[in-house]
Amino acid sequence: MELTRNELAMLDGQKGLAIQKAMELLVKYGEALGAERLVDTSNVAGVPGQSSPFLHNYYKDYPGGKDVIFSHFDLDSDVVVDVPNTLVSSCHLQGGVDQAHPELFGVSAETAELYQNSENYAADHGIKILKTCTPYLAGNVPVRGEHCAWMESSAVIYCNAVLGAYTNTEGRESTSAAMITGKIPDWGLHKTENRYGSHRIDVEVSVKNVMDWGMLGYFSGKIVQEKIPVLNGNYSMPDLLCHKHFGAAAASSGGVEMYHVVGATPEAETLEMAFGPKKPVEIIKYGETERRQTYEDLNARARDPQVDYIMLGCPHYSLEQIRDVCRLLEGKKISVNCNLWIFTSRFVKQISDQKGYSEIIRQAGGVILTDSCSAIGQAIPEGTKVVALDSAKQTHYLPAIMGIEAWFGSMEDCIDAALTGRWNGKAP
Amino acid sequence: MIKLTGRKVVGGVIEGEALVTSQTISGWGGVNPMKGIITETRHELCGQSFKDKILICRGAKGSSGWSVAFHLARLAGVAPKGLIFNEMTTKIALGAVVMRIPAMTGFDQDPLVVIKTGDWVRLNADEGYVEIITKA
Repeated sequence: MELTRNELAMLDGQKGLAIQKAMELLVKYGEALGAERLVDTSNVAGVPGQSSPFLHNYYKDYPGGKDVIFSHFDLDSDVVVDVPNTLVSSCHLQGGVDQAHPELFGVSAETAELYQNSENYAADHGIKILKTCTPYLAGNVPVRGEHCAWMESSAVIYCNAVLGAYTNTEGRESTSAAMITGKIPDWGLHKTENRYGSHRIDVEVSVKNVMDWGMLGYFSGKIVQEKIPVLNGNYSMPDLLCHKHFGAAAASSGGVEMYHVVGATPEAETLEMAFGPKKPVEIIKYGETERRQTYEDLNARARDPQVDYIMLGCPHYSLEQIRDVCRLLEGKKISVNCNLWIFTSRFVKQISDQKGYSEIIRQAGGVILTDSCSAIGQAIPEGTKVVALDSAKQTHYLPAIMGIEAWFGSMEDCIDAALTGRWNGKAP
Repeated sequence: MIKLTGRKVVGGVIEGEALVTSQTISGWGGVNPMKGIITETRHELCGQSFKDKILICRGAKGSSGWSVAFHLARLAGVAPKGLIFNEMTTKIALGAVVMRIPAMTGFDQDPLVVIKTGDWVRLNADEGYVEIITKA
């Protein structure tokens, strides 16, 4: 790789051992990718220094105190380094537990303390503890053209497609190294020529709400895999929530990190702009048949209409989604056979508390949780057999991870299930 | 002897038994990093162990926790010995680096076709070739 004088000095150890180890990792990673250089990044989102019972035990006899996990695991260094504060704006994404409700996650007080200690460690190093998969709903909104280094596939795709910022799907080690160096390999979606569309998807049915966009995302990801779909045709302008659910779905059924919606996303004012110098490798129709097939795919593992768990907030719910839930729940009680857990960021939870939304949900028998979700935390209410979800992404992961049945539908379908204990959702 | 030439991803030389899949592999949520087993229910290798194998696959998919899953597998002593793949992504590049195993891509022939599960292969990432020593 071609490194600048400053980067060579960092690699040489002139900026300290921690920076040297971080640069060694980034250079190995860049060479593995075949990147020619590094690029300066100003916005990093990862899970720095996060402990777990396994890591805690693995490193318990290693000398080096609090810096052990960040040194050995995050930076993959054989020696412990004195970890400096982050050099560039950095935030912590979601974790494995809501520290206010460890009991719901089946986590012991001891393990909860482990998580709390690693959170304190990150905070002490200048990292913003957003603890969410939706940093863009919690105050971290990159600008167009900004080079970022983000983890979390649903956040990466939003960052690229909707905000027009540049990031690959980074991992824990690369983001932690980027936080203290401000560098990341200049590869993939950091380069304009790799951001053009590959497949054209002609939307021939009406796509207008969050559920419609979630299904279209799930379909698109399955078709294009890790390539870049360009949506063209019959849809109403997607709002933030439609993008959130489209992107999360496309990034889980495939590995989509970037998409274009003609007339809506910043790099696709026109169809021509979306493809740039490239021609679509394939033109795919999304019509009645495809929509019905997608709905059936998502509901393929569901048999029992008796629902015992309703999980909302994948990706983490926005304030508006929580408000809409409250409108449907206010003054009512959910079925005694059901649990309702709604996941969001601490930021949105705080405003929900202020606005009285959290109390409305509590009185109805539900709970707002933060920091995590059922899939990441591998946490569902005890005895759950059937879950209702409004997220194609969670529907993709949760049944496989927890061995349960899952119904997919709209938020309204899910709240109806919470109130009646039965799934009454219908295909659109 | 069959020889494929390609590009070094992570340096080193290793010999071992091939475990081949034409599919991509999920990290977080798709493998058990403590046991070194593929757990994704729809995967053709579901239930199989990659411990000490030369893992040969189309590439990586899924969560950004890919590198963490395989990094943990290394700490647990159940990582593959070598990695050969077709499609370069940030997930598999970072995963190969933190597993600290020889890895290659970009071959003159398709390794998913030429190499079969059970073949004994030598992966020389430093000199950019893979040899099939004995066919299964």
